[in-house]
Amino acid sequence: MSETEDRDGRHGWPLWEVFVRARRGLSHQHVGSLHAPDAAMALRNARDVYTRRGEGVSIWVVPSSAIVASSPDEKDSFFDPALDKVYRHPTFYDVPEGAKHL
Amino acid sequence: MTRPGSETAARTLPPLAAYALALGDDALILAQRLGEWVSNAPQVEEDIALANIALDLLGQARTLLSYAGTVEGAGRDEDDLAYLRDDRDFRNVQLVEIPNGDFAVTMARQLVFSAYQYELYTALLASDDATIAGLAGKAVKEVAYHRDHATQWVLRLGDGTELSRARMQAGLDRVWPYVAELFDGDDTTAQLPGVAADPAALQPAWQRYVTSVLAEATLRPPEPRWRSRGGRSGLHTEHLGHLLAEMQHLHRSHPGASW
Repeated sequence: MSETEDRDGRHGWPLWEVFVRARRGLSHQHVGSLHAPDAAMALRNARDVYTRRGEGVSIWVVPSSAIVASSPDEKDSFFDPALDKVYRHPTFYDVPEGAKHL
Repeated sequence: MTRPGSETAARTLPPLAAYALALGDDALILAQRLGEWVSNAPQVEEDIALANIALDLLGQARTLLSYAGTVEGAGRDEDDLAYLRDDRDFRNVQLVEIPNGDFAVTMARQLVFSAYQYELYTALLASDDATIAGLAGKAVKEVAYHRDHATQWVLRLGDGTELSRARMQAGLDRVWPYVAELFDGDDTTAQLPGVAADPAALQPAWQRYVTSVLAEATLRPPEPRWRSRGGRSGLHTEHLGHLLAEMQHLHRSHPGASW
């Protein structure tokens, strides 16, 4: 516990991001975050906080500090260029007559 | 003054009803104690964990108390049994009624009691009574998690800082006098061969599990100089009356109240 003391959160407990898979075949979805002293306790806390109504069959927990996030300042350069590229959508293209098996 | 569900009435319960009542009272009283942690645990995550455990226990208590009432055949339902008996009519072990103390005391009790319940319900999977065996099948999974939860905390607090270790050891010392009572046999279990689990037979597996956890947590198994007795025959600490006053007050003031 001493490794993570005072790094983040209340009473030195670090923050963890929780991902839950609702059922086989789906991917894990981010459902929220919680505090826990270490990974094993984070998994158990996640079980108690996020799956007590039968929401999941698998849980991932990831230290929030391990997440690298895009910055709001970079929003324009990151995302705006994608907005006017209609040719990146398959619906942009007409299917040529006579093309089979598409 | 006559008391509802008087002592004599409880004594004359059929053995199966008395057995279900004893196990149900353990679960009910510990559920009430754990509920006291809600909003008081060290972290909101722990509030939720303890409330989940309390609700698991409450579910077990509902099944067992309802079954005790059915077997008794006197028309008492789970609410009558939970809310209209006085302390001398409760059949729980004293371990579950003593106050929560600090978090370490509660975790010490959780380790001891959930390890006991795990062995109990595992044994009851093979009970000749279908209701008891059915309950055990559902509860053993719940209790496996309770035991794991307590184990994780005892390991961390025991093998943690100097302060956390001292407090965890003090927690064990506080609850240990109440441990032996878990494994006392009585007339009820003796009259139900094949249905009830012999409490004494649960102790070796319990001992192995708890001893290994304490060793890993660098904690010392306490050697108490006295031991509790008599919960199963209605002898309780002063604490149970206070707990019941809080638990039963609403139902007794407003009979049949619901939401």
